[in-house]
Amino acid sequence: MPTVLRRLRRDYFANPVDTTISLVLILLIGAALVGTLRWALLQAEWAVIQVNTTLFAVGRYPIEQQWRLWLVTALLSAASGISWGLLRALPRRDRRLEADLWPLNDRIAVAVFSAVALVLPALLRLTLAIQARWWLITALLLALRWAAGRWGGGRRGRQALRLLPLAWPSLYLVGLGLIGGGLGLISVPPGEWGGLLLTLVQASLAILLCFPLGVLLALGRRSDLPLLRWSSVVYIEFIRGAPLITLLFLGQNILGFLLPGGVAPERVWRAALVLTLFAAAYLAEAVRAGLAAVPRGQLEAARSLGLSTPQAMTRIVLPQAIRTAMPAMVGQFIALLQDTTLLSLIGLLELLGTARTVMANPAFLGRNAEVYLTLAVLFWCCCAALGLGSRALERRLNPNATA
Amino acid sequence: MQASPPNSGLEQQRPLPRGLAGALSLLQGLSNNRRTLPWLIQGVVGLVLLLLIAFLLGNLVRNLTAAGLLLTWRWLGQPAGFDVSESLLPFSPDLPYWRALVVGLVNTLRAVIAGLIGSTLLGTLVGMASFSSNALLRRLVRVYVEINRNIPLLLQLVFWYFVVFLALPNGAAAPQLPGVVLAKSGLYLAGFGSAGWELPSLINGVWHAPLRLSVEFAALLTGLIVHISAFIAEVVRGGISSVPRGQWEAASSLGLHWWTTMRRVVLPQALRVIVPGLNSQYINLAKGTSLAIAVGYTDLYSVAETTLNQTGRAIEVYLILLTAYLTIDLGISALMNGLNHLVQVKER
Repeated sequence: MPTVLRRLRRDYFANPVDTTISLVLILLIGAALVGTLRWALLQAEWAVIQVNTTLFAVGRYPIEQQWRLWLVTALLSAASGISWGLLRALPRRDRRLEADLWPLNDRIAVAVFSAVALVLPALLRLTLAIQARWWLITALLLALRWAAGRWGGGRRGRQALRLLPLAWPSLYLVGLGLIGGGLGLISVPPGEWGGLLLTLVQASLAILLCFPLGVLLALGRRSDLPLLRWSSVVYIEFIRGAPLITLLFLGQNILGFLLPGGVAPERVWRAALVLTLFAAAYLAEAVRAGLAAVPRGQLEAARSLGLSTPQAMTRIVLPQAIRTAMPAMVGQFIALLQDTTLLSLIGLLELLGTARTVMANPAFLGRNAEVYLTLAVLFWCCCAALGLGSRALERRLNPNATA
Repeated sequence: MQASPPNSGLEQQRPLPRGLAGALSLLQGLSNNRRTLPWLIQGVVGLVLLLLIAFLLGNLVRNLTAAGLLLTWRWLGQPAGFDVSESLLPFSPDLPYWRALVVGLVNTLRAVIAGLIGSTLLGTLVGMASFSSNALLRRLVRVYVEINRNIPLLLQLVFWYFVVFLALPNGAAAPQLPGVVLAKSGLYLAGFGSAGWELPSLINGVWHAPLRLSVEFAALLTGLIVHISAFIAEVVRGGISSVPRGQWEAASSLGLHWWTTMRRVVLPQALRVIVPGLNSQYINLAKGTSLAIAVGYTDLYSVAETTLNQTGRAIEVYLILLTAYLTIDLGISALMNGLNHLVQVKER
C-alpha cells in the first residue's frame, strides 16, 4: 500500500535528522519494552499483589461485613448501566440527530469491560467465587445498559433521565450508609476502611463537598462588597500558598484545639475535612476564571429583563461560567484524587498507606517495584478515565457543537 | 365551606422564590434600598465570620491553657537533640531547634532552586519537542505528559527512591558518565576540590568526589523535575502554539533551520505567554518539595515534624511552616513578575 508507505515516510523518515531521531527512539523504546516485559514476566513476583488483593481493595474491612461492599458495587454498576443506556436512547441535543443506540465508542467500551472482567480477576488469582461475582456485576452493568437503551427511548425514558440527578446523590448516601453501617447494620468505623475504598471515599467526599464551597468562594472573590472579596481572597491565597501536607498536619494536630473540649472527629473525617477545604480554594480559582469569561452583557441583559442580581447570577451567569470552567474543574478533581496519596504520610491506610504496610511484611520485602507499578497503573486508569469523561461531558455541554 | 380563599393575597401573586436566590431577594425586599442592602449583607457575613473566629480562637486559648501549651517561642533556643542527616550548614544535636529549622529551610530552598532550573530546562525541551516534524517524537511527548499528569507525585517519588535509586549498585559497578557517578551511596559529581578540577574516584571500593549529593536528594530532585517538567512542557507548548503560523513560514522562507527558527524567532515571542503560566508550576514545585519526608530527605517539613513530636508545640511549628512556605511562594511570584516585565515586548 503505497499511501501507507508515503505517510510513514512523511511522518517518521522525512529527512536525515528525522530518520536518525526515529531510529534512535525505536531502538530505545524497543529496548525499554523488552526489558520491562522480561522483568514483568520472568523476574517480578506478582504474589505480593495476588495475595493482598483484599487488603488493597478494602483494607481491614471486616470479612463478614464485606457483602455490603459487594452490594454497593452492584448498585453502582446498575445505576451506571441505566444512566448510560438512557443517555444513549435519547437524541443528543448537541448533535441534533436521531439517537445512535450503539455508537463505536460504546462498542469499544463494552469490549473493554468484558475483557477486563474476564482477564483481570483471573490474573489476580481471585477465588472462583469472587471471579464469578465480578462477571455478574459486569453482566448486570451491560444488561441494564442494553435494557435501558432498548426501552428508554420514549417519554418514560425522558422522565427517568430527569430522575437521574436525584438518583445518584441518593445512591451515594445509601452507599456511604452501607459502608459505614448504622440503622440496624453493624457499624464499621472509618478506622477499618482502607485501600482503594478509603481512597475513593475520601476523593469523592472532597469532590462533592468542595463544589458548593468553591462556587461561593469564587462569587465572593468577584463580589463588589469589600468584606466578602477580601475574606475570600485571604482564604484562597492562604490555602493555595501552603503545601497540602502542612494543612493535613494542621488537621491532625491543631483541629482538636479549635473545637470545644478538645474533642476532634475521627482521623479519617478530619482528613476529609482538610481535603475539602483545600480543594475548595483551588476550585474557586477555576470557577473564577469561568466567571471572568462570561461577558458582562449577560448579567446586564438579565438585569434589564427584570431578574434580580442573585437570580441573574444563579440562572444566567453561573451556568455559563461552570460550563467554561468544566475542564479546569475536572483537572482539579483529578489532582485531588492523586492528592489522597498524601494521607499515607499522616498514617491513614489508603492505597499508598496499604502498600507501605504490605511491603513492611517480611514475606514481601523488596517487592517495591511490583507494588508501586500496580498502584501507578491503577491511578493512571482512574485519572485517565476521569479525563475522558470530562472531555465527553464538555462536548455534550457545548451549545455550539456541530459534529 | 370548601371554596379556596379569594385570590387577592400577595402570596398568590408573587410566589416565594426558592433557595439561595430566594433568601437573598427576600432580604432585598426587606431592605428595598440599593444603598443599604450591600451593607446589610456585609454586616451579616462579617458578624458570622467574627463569631466563627471568636469561637475557634476562644476554644484554642482555652484548650491550650488547659494543656499548658500557650504560645511561646522560648523552646526554639533549647537543644534540638536530633541530628539532621544532611546539611549545608554545620549542625549537631546539641544546637538549638531554630538552627535545625534553618537547616531544614536551607535544604528546602536547595531542592526548590535545583528543581526550578532542572524542570525548566527539561520542560522547555519537551515542550519544543512537541512541535518536532517527527511524529514518533511528538507521540512520545504526549505519552510523557499523560504519564506524569495521571500518576501522583508522591507515588512517583517513592518509585524513584525505593525502586530506582536504592537498587543502584555501589563501587565499581555503579553507572557512570564522564564526571558523574550514580551509586547507592549517592550521586558523585566532578568539581573543584582541594587539588583543582577533580573527577569522582574510586578508593578502596568507595567513591570520592568534590561534590556529593545524597541519594535521597537525588531521588527527590529527579522525581520533582520529571513530574513538573511535564506540566511546564504543556505551558511551553501553549506558548509556542500562540505564536502565529506566519512567523514559522516567514522564518523558513528566509532559510532558517527548525532549531534556529525556534530559538531566535518563536521562543522569544512565546515567552510572553509562557512566563505567567510558569509561575503556578514553580509554586507547585516549591510545595512539592514538602513531600521529601517520604524519601527520607530532611527538608523544612520533615524537621518541623520531628520538632513537633519532641516539643508538642503544634501552633508555633505550624506558624513557622506557613510563614516559610508563603514567603517562598511570594518570592517566586515576585521573581516571575519581574521576569514578566522583562519579556513583555514593548510595541512601537
